[in-house]
Amino acid sequence: MQRIGVFVCWCGSNIAGTVDVQAVSDALRNEPGVVFSTNYQYMCSQAGQDIIIQAVKEHNLTGIVVCSCSPRMHEATFRKTAAAAGLNPYMVEIANIREQCSWVHKDMASGTEKAIILGKAAVAKVNLNAPLTPGETPVTKRALVIGGGIAGIQTALDIADAGFPVDIVEKNPTIGGKMAQLDKTFPTLDCAACILTPKMVDVAQNDNIRIFSYSEVEDIKGFVGNFDVKIRKKARFVKEDICTGCGLCTEKCPVRKVPNEFNLGMDNRRAIYIPFAQAVPKVATIDPDACNMLKSGKCGVCSKVCTAGAIDYKQQDEILDEKYGAIVVATGFNPISMDKFDEYAYNQSKDVITSLEFERLTNAAGPTQGKLLRPSDLKHPHTIVFVQCVGSRCASCAEKGKEYCSKICCMYTAKHAMLIRDKYPDTEVYVFYIDVRTPGKNFDEFYRRAVEEYGVKYIKGMVGKVVPEGDKLKVQASDLIAGKQLHIDADLVVLAAAIEPDKSARPLATMLTASMDTNDFFTEAHPKLRPVESPTAGVFLSGACQGPKDIPETVSQASAAAAKVIGLLVKDKLTGNPCVASANEMMCNGCSTCERVCPYGAITYIDKEFRMPDRTVATRRVAQVNPAVCQGCGACTVACMSGAMDLRGFMSSQIIAEVDAICK
Amino acid sequence: MQKINRDVLIDRAISLLNSGQVSSVLGWRQGEFFYDVTPAVFTDENDIRENFVWNDFCGANFSKYLVSKTKASDGKILVFLKPCDTYSFNQLLTEHRFDREKVYVIGIPCEGMVDTGKLKAQVGDGLVSAQSTEEGLLVTTLYSDEPVNVDIKSVLAERCINCKSKKHVAYDELLGDEGQIEDSDRFDEVARIEAMSPDERFAFWQGELSRCIRCNACRDVCPACTCEKCVFDNPVSGVENKAPVNSFEEKMFHIIRAFHVAGRCTDCGECSRVCPQNIPLHLLNRKFIKDINGFYGEYQAGECVGSRAPLVDYNLEDLEASDVFEGRDTQ
Repeated sequence: MQRIGVFVCWCGSNIAGTVDVQAVSDALRNEPGVVFSTNYQYMCSQAGQDIIIQAVKEHNLTGIVVCSCSPRMHEATFRKTAAAAGLNPYMVEIANIREQCSWVHKDMASGTEKAIILGKAAVAKVNLNAPLTPGETPVTKRALVIGGGIAGIQTALDIADAGFPVDIVEKNPTIGGKMAQLDKTFPTLDCAACILTPKMVDVAQNDNIRIFSYSEVEDIKGFVGNFDVKIRKKARFVKEDICTGCGLCTEKCPVRKVPNEFNLGMDNRRAIYIPFAQAVPKVATIDPDACNMLKSGKCGVCSKVCTAGAIDYKQQDEILDEKYGAIVVATGFNPISMDKFDEYAYNQSKDVITSLEFERLTNAAGPTQGKLLRPSDLKHPHTIVFVQCVGSRCASCAEKGKEYCSKICCMYTAKHAMLIRDKYPDTEVYVFYIDVRTPGKNFDEFYRRAVEEYGVKYIKGMVGKVVPEGDKLKVQASDLIAGKQLHIDADLVVLAAAIEPDKSARPLATMLTASMDTNDFFTEAHPKLRPVESPTAGVFLSGACQGPKDIPETVSQASAAAAKVIGLLVKDKLTGNPCVASANEMMCNGCSTCERVCPYGAITYIDKEFRMPDRTVATRRVAQVNPAVCQGCGACTVACMSGAMDLRGFMSSQIIAEVDAICK
Repeated sequence: MQKINRDVLIDRAISLLNSGQVSSVLGWRQGEFFYDVTPAVFTDENDIRENFVWNDFCGANFSKYLVSKTKASDGKILVFLKPCDTYSFNQLLTEHRFDREKVYVIGIPCEGMVDTGKLKAQVGDGLVSAQSTEEGLLVTTLYSDEPVNVDIKSVLAERCINCKSKKHVAYDELLGDEGQIEDSDRFDEVARIEAMSPDERFAFWQGELSRCIRCNACRDVCPACTCEKCVFDNPVSGVENKAPVNSFEEKMFHIIRAFHVAGRCTDCGECSRVCPQNIPLHLLNRKFIKDINGFYGEYQAGECVGSRAPLVDYNLEDLEASDVFEGRDTQ
């Protein structure tokens, strides 16, 4: 029989405000096995922990129930307290009477009733607890960064600088990401390429970093410290180690009309291409959907002109099996599709463009070599209308936009408007906005300069409609402050499209068993206190995959994620989780169901000899769990029909005892 | 009338037995009454000649018996499997429940088996004999002077009227012609129950399951129920002591059993055949099969050995739990 102590926490008024803590500790005192019950203002404080340690000694307690906040908050604290008192740490159970009770109830009577029930369930479980001892697992001292934008680059550089090997997997032929497509960066207006490309070169030159470009993560198995990752290196039909990046093939390729994704389709590239001059790795890639040789076997020009002999039309996708101790997700963002925003005539007129397209239009390496010419007739536009929040903060139009603020648009639009007025003072620039949001160091000053020094016309109000008419775009908008309708004949309309997580993020989250929010942004372990860790151990978040961010914020978070990874990789061993599954061999049918549902590959089968009750020996097929690989998810225990598989610390009998205590 | 004659089966059984290829034969033997045909192990030629039964009353599915019989026997076992039995056979192999090498399977075609309850309802109690004819059965009873002609279709078991397949999915040797997977209406009754209001449905199952006497026949006959130790026999399982407590508990028993066989049940219908209280237990399993087909695409347990049932498999395209909860399906 256990001797259980119950400790009810007030959490100041967090719990005591809606739960009668005295009534809870009084009620639980009468539960089977309970020999001591008390309550205190802050159980997690040193004084509170001392009460527990004292009670263990005075009452010879064998088990502890703490009625307090979520185990996510303080389970570790109270386990340490128990250890300090000489108890096995796994003899502690937490009844969550805060998040799941006091915070969701309004009146004292129902809050108290529920707190007592939750406490009874925890007592019922502790009665069946057994001491557990964790094992240790080694750490593979190599990190994987998924995504080679500025977030992934910064994280990889920081990890590599600490002396650990890092691999970057980038699905495009080059690293660089969205930042490589930008022209200038706010609020200092330095050229994006000038500050990004040195970092890209650093990555290429760093001995600790390997770049798998034009590659995708295919499968992830394992757990913190020991991930097994399959990486698909897509066939680029060019031998990466031989190609010198001279670019001769890209000049001679006869297929000229392939939309250039780097310039967002505003000009063309060849079927064999290098995305941009500073690409890393600077290696050509053949687009198999466009290449005549690959489609019909007729051409071979690139192979003929390549002096290095790097072209290989027979190249196949390659699957690499790699091991990692930590994984950083840096999958970034994309602007949303404008297909559902017919009112802005994006699909009707070439002169309605998104802000990212505008970046390419003003970039010296862009389709107009940096001259501001509108796409339809390559004439200089004199009246330009910027529309803010296209698809952002769109609570009422959730089916086409996003509810959240995309955060970066106010600043880059101020930048665009300012740059136009600076280079082309004869141009009228209007910005239509809901609010202008410019928190950040030197951000509001930057926006004020656009309005006050550069004469950008900021109008609070939304554009209702854009109608192409002749060579003009008729813009109908409302000015909410003046309270009137505006009609502007614009030459160019720029839409600040909302941003969303890259489409590769969701399948990746599934492979990682990392959680996401409803918008497919990765969820942090704690929104304030653990912002760069995923709730899945060993998985870290860098950049816009976690939420909309500008470059300064992305880089800070990227370095923070790197710090967390380094903190993990310096360890030689990790303490395992003793709450793992194990099979009762006498009851195991050998049916393989558990093996099939195990997401970690922790279960194998062996043929084992058993002495049967009638003194015969029988060979039976039985399940074996590798405790170093098992993560204690419990999938096998619910799949096992005969109940042969059970989870230490969460045994079926313990769960049923909890349910019984609740239903009593 | 069955297409293959009893003599053909007996000849093959005796020749395999005498040649030493098999050491025993799993077949049917008459029980207390002629319609009460039970599974039996034969090892003797004369016993087979005299007592081996093959007629319209041989409903029993032998697959499950192989689990214990292959362990008890050193030699090969000859087993006769009807098409629907072969699905259970494959499912058991998928779950590694016996050694395939120790079994010799003869597939036999099946024209459907008689539901004795339906026969008694038609001709009354006191069945003495039934002669198979081209059209049906010629039945004599204690209480009638003349034999009664019965249309076979009117007395076929429900699972045979809604036969899902006349194709053998496993055999070493086939007697007669191979059949086809049938187009059956087996989910119509499930759909009718689904259309009920929750209260009606509860009342329906209350009415059916309250007749349960917990004889365990459904579990004992079920080819999916081959655990080393059943949870209902296991004092530490936490459900064993609950079963007989109150009137809701037999629902628990059947619902737990339906969950345990979900995705593994081949819809052989043995549970309903053996139920002495005539509870349509197969409907619980069919509801699962219908849902699995709807949520994850058509899946027939036991169609091939080693197939991954949707409930123990995962694809990125799988429905989210919330979709299932809201009754959405992709099919």
